[in-house]
Amino acid sequence: MAEIVEELPTYPMSRGRCPFDPPPELDRLQDTEPLSRVKLWDGSTPWMVTRYDHSRQLLADPRISSDPRNDGFPFSNAAQSQNRGQFNAFIVRDDPDHAAQRRLVTADFMIKRVEAMRPRIQEITDGLIDDILAGPKPADLVETLALPLPSLVICELLGVPYADRTLFHRLGKTLLRRDNTAEQSRAASEELRAYLRDLVKRLDSAPDDALLSRLIVQQLRTGQMGIEDIVDMALLLLIAGHETTANMIALGTVALLEHPDQLAALRDTDDPKLVANAVEELLRYLTIVHNGRRRVALDDIEIGGRLIRKGDGVIVATEIANRDAEAFPDPDKLDIHRAARHHVAFGYGVHQCLGQPLARVELQVVYSTLYRRIPTLALAIPLDEVPFKHDMAIYGVHALPVTW
Amino acid sequence: MKVVLDQDRCIGSGQCVLSSPEVFDQRDDDGIAVLLAEQPPADAEEGAREAARICPALAITVAE
Repeated sequence: MAEIVEELPTYPMSRGRCPFDPPPELDRLQDTEPLSRVKLWDGSTPWMVTRYDHSRQLLADPRISSDPRNDGFPFSNAAQSQNRGQFNAFIVRDDPDHAAQRRLVTADFMIKRVEAMRPRIQEITDGLIDDILAGPKPADLVETLALPLPSLVICELLGVPYADRTLFHRLGKTLLRRDNTAEQSRAASEELRAYLRDLVKRLDSAPDDALLSRLIVQQLRTGQMGIEDIVDMALLLLIAGHETTANMIALGTVALLEHPDQLAALRDTDDPKLVANAVEELLRYLTIVHNGRRRVALDDIEIGGRLIRKGDGVIVATEIANRDAEAFPDPDKLDIHRAARHHVAFGYGVHQCLGQPLARVELQVVYSTLYRRIPTLALAIPLDEVPFKHDMAIYGVHALPVTW
Repeated sequence: MKVVLDQDRCIGSGQCVLSSPEVFDQRDDDGIAVLLAEQPPADAEEGAREAARICPALAITVAE
């Protein structure tokens, strides 16, 4: 048995030459062994799910748990394993607890609410691009646009002071590092929680109209949630609300600059439907959550002629499911005209991304504005010198020097 | 075509509203989907089918 384990591929895997493509080993598994085993950092051997149809089937199966307190859960690193139980928001809970918590904040992210924010998102984007054009060349697109835009938007939505961004950017970055030690992760988490706890107390004495204050008034003051529950929710929404979109803005720009025909088609269109379609295709093509969707089976599950046993860890690699030719013909091609909205870049099942309507509008605004305002936008360094985030749980670029 | 929506399963992802705004909306208080047209007009049928295919919570079924 030890010999067999030794031969298993290790997850996560290294990418190949193209910085936008998933690791070639995942491609091979999808072709030859779509339900197989991989080896993790701790020697455990969870299932690796690489096909689109299997991915959707398993992520929507109520016998699959997202709760890391269940035995067999495939942790990303020692930090996650040792710090389990420290973070208890709905993304690490199963229904009915998951649904009860998620429904408290769903309305803030629904389509019409987010559409009402579009003019403000456009205004912020325009202002940031004005500053880029008035500033020095080259500029770091991450620091000047990709990170500030979603940060400002989520701060306004939650009622977190944007002036505190240096703190939560730094701590969010630490928490998302793949090779964190348990100590580093715990220290960052404690510092962020202390900040948010203090913020919740301040908002409790002087509530505003934003999401956190409403949770405080409706849930904390009525005793339905404790202060640590509010901190969990704030931490989740704050970090997930800026890191993901920031990476899509910057990495999406690199991808478009490397596909000039696609960039031209996007820049030249006045059709908001094509812009929206381009966003879906970039979400699919880049699938920045490249650490797999981690789950554990609560019961025996038969799928694709294999038997996943109760207690087996399951990793659904949506980064390769979104490159399945059965679901997306010619999957390695970036094509902003293709039908791509059935992608699983936001996950699938009851845990599918809460903030997806907001992410979509932010990306639609940026992608339809940036390349028109700065039509000569170009990388200021060679592609192979761009610092891609191989070391982070969410893919992207650490910095993006651009010129024009 | 007849569209059936299971609000207990709905997670408020909003995917159906994007696919078919003629057939689906979301409740103001919790973002859960509501059905605007149980029997959509012919030009909204494809959108309703897409909504059923894409819904992450398997909350939508269509009977042709």
